[in-house]
Amino acid sequence: MSLSNAFIAIIRRDLVLAYRRRAEVANPLLFFVLVITLFPLGLGAQTKLLQAMAPGIIWIAALLAAMLSLDSLFRSDFDDGSLEQFILSPHPLSVLILAKIVAHWLVTGLPLLLISPLLAIFLGMPEQSVPVLLWTLLLGTPVLSLIGSIGVALTVGLRRGGMILALLVLPLYIPVLIFAGNAVEMAGSGLPVGAQLNILAAILFAALVLAPLPAAAALKMSMNG
Amino acid sequence: MFLIPDSVGRFFHRMASPPHFYTFTGRLLPWLTAIFIILTAVGLYGGLFLAPADYQQGDSYRIIYIHVPSAWMSLFIYVVMAVAGAIGLVWRIKLAEIVMISSATVGAGFTFIALLTGSLWGKPMWGTWWVWDARLTSELILLFLYLGVIALYGAIDDKRTASRAVAILAIVGVVNIPIIHYSVEWWNTLHQGPTVSKIDKPSIHVSMLIPLLTMAVAFKFYYLVAMLQRARTELIQRERNSQWVKGLIE
Amino acid sequence: MERLLSLEVKNLCCIRDDRVLFDNLSFNVFSGQALLLEGQNGSGKSSLLKILCGFREPDAGEVLWCGVEINNGTFFEQMAYVGHLDGVKKELTVLENLKIATALGKPGHYSIEETLEKVYLSGYDDVLVQSLSAGQKRRLSLARLLITDNKLWILDEPFTSLDKEGIAIFEALMVDHIAREGMVVLTSHHDITLHGIDVQTIRLA
Repeated sequence: MSLSNAFIAIIRRDLVLAYRRRAEVANPLLFFVLVITLFPLGLGAQTKLLQAMAPGIIWIAALLAAMLSLDSLFRSDFDDGSLEQFILSPHPLSVLILAKIVAHWLVTGLPLLLISPLLAIFLGMPEQSVPVLLWTLLLGTPVLSLIGSIGVALTVGLRRGGMILALLVLPLYIPVLIFAGNAVEMAGSGLPVGAQLNILAAILFAALVLAPLPAAAALKMSMNG
Repeated sequence: MFLIPDSVGRFFHRMASPPHFYTFTGRLLPWLTAIFIILTAVGLYGGLFLAPADYQQGDSYRIIYIHVPSAWMSLFIYVVMAVAGAIGLVWRIKLAEIVMISSATVGAGFTFIALLTGSLWGKPMWGTWWVWDARLTSELILLFLYLGVIALYGAIDDKRTASRAVAILAIVGVVNIPIIHYSVEWWNTLHQGPTVSKIDKPSIHVSMLIPLLTMAVAFKFYYLVAMLQRARTELIQRERNSQWVKGLIE
Repeated sequence: MERLLSLEVKNLCCIRDDRVLFDNLSFNVFSGQALLLEGQNGSGKSSLLKILCGFREPDAGEVLWCGVEINNGTFFEQMAYVGHLDGVKKELTVLENLKIATALGKPGHYSIEETLEKVYLSGYDDVLVQSLSAGQKRRLSLARLLITDNKLWILDEPFTSLDKEGIAIFEALMVDHIAREGMVVLTSHHDITLHGIDVQTIRLA
């Protein structure tokens, strides 16, 4: 069968799997909402302060939620041997991984995007920032999944990979955080945000092309146990 | 290989053999240490006694003789690590892996020194120990990248597998460093307005520059000494079952 | 007559945690042959199979498929591996699992229905794998060998959790595969009987 068939088959398989374990899939989303709820409680419900911090809060919460959801990207396939079969497929592993990342983003990244307008209202974000927030999430969260796939591929074979995973991927998430958070902030003051969005798009395309390669190499290495 | 002169090719081929590397670096180390000590003495004397005081900062600027070379080394070593890692991955050369992993701790050390001296310098300059200046922030992120490398290496039991994992991570890191650096600079100019850049002085007086460059070269030698010593230990540990290591002990 | 396929292992060495599992190991397997690896636990059987699959790098030596190093697509098109792990997803149905397996490889002689019949799982198409017994799960993972077009089977303890009947079924399938110019490399604790097949045995100490 052709590569595109394999690509689509894997996306479909992972979506079916996610549907059958939907309780598990909801966790990162709940985490995202919960973290954002904590901020007003911790900082005091001062409208001005929350409004000023809203872009940063939402984006940091998205970063953490994305990171926590990474483990599910390869974990079950690693544990039950499906990953071995992926690696032994004659198709290039990086493309198969890309399919898994796409499915993973649809299940973990897209819900964050859909719920974020609600959270923007919670934090009193100005209305004109909300579309920009959605744009940054649309361009930024796939990058988090792509870069994260490298980190999780490196640590999937470890028993206690969780903390190391955070140490590996969070520094690499910083550019996305800076440009996305800033775009939302600027939009709030009515300033143009084209530059930030373009940079985010450029990062996304670069990550789409580049990230699956080291992720594939790292997964093969993780099999070496 | 056709671009590289034959003698150079032969040199690298011989260096790639562990016993030869071990004896060769053993003979080399005293010389490297001596050069490091002499250069440091010259550089520090030039920097602390010969160079004039800065007309704005007085004597406190003199910390640049440690701070700036450390900051340069922190980046330089990360690049060395990624290159060595790539060589190890592609050509499966064990020594490249060992050089890579031995560089990590030294690089993290330089990064830490750069941060520490930067913060010490910040106190008289800005009145606080820490400001979110672009360079300091980038340096802090670089420290996290180093710590990630060290933690990953420690977490994987099989050291050959660990080296390959670290090599992949270092290459990913080196691709990301310019992006991170650029984004931090950009973030900094937006949020704080241009701060007085400490290093990009429009011009630095020659009497200050010469000690600075001397110190930069001295630090390179220190890196070589520290890295080679770690590499020799690591090498012996990995090859402890081979004939030549057993021969060393007897 | 088809071109004779070969798996050549030359001077292979594997070191794990400071222990030399095997050194200077060489053998050849040709189409129409089976290779049985014997040895105690920890003697390096599984490690050898992992090297043959390309999961693990040998510490010395090389593995050649028809004269070429195994790190390429041609080799992976012609091999299939069943290891300790079943490699099937328990939240998917039998049919969904096999469909993924076909998508990952090249479709082989048998359709999915024929394959299910051969491993005596007909009628289980829409059953979730988590409700199958361990033996049925194992037969499903062995079914993967039949639905893709491959020549070399690499099997790590294929008979685990199979009952007597299951073992007999699977032995017949192996004989059939080898008779069609296939080859099999396997490890097994159970005694195997492959009638009329050229079986080499290598004992790892």
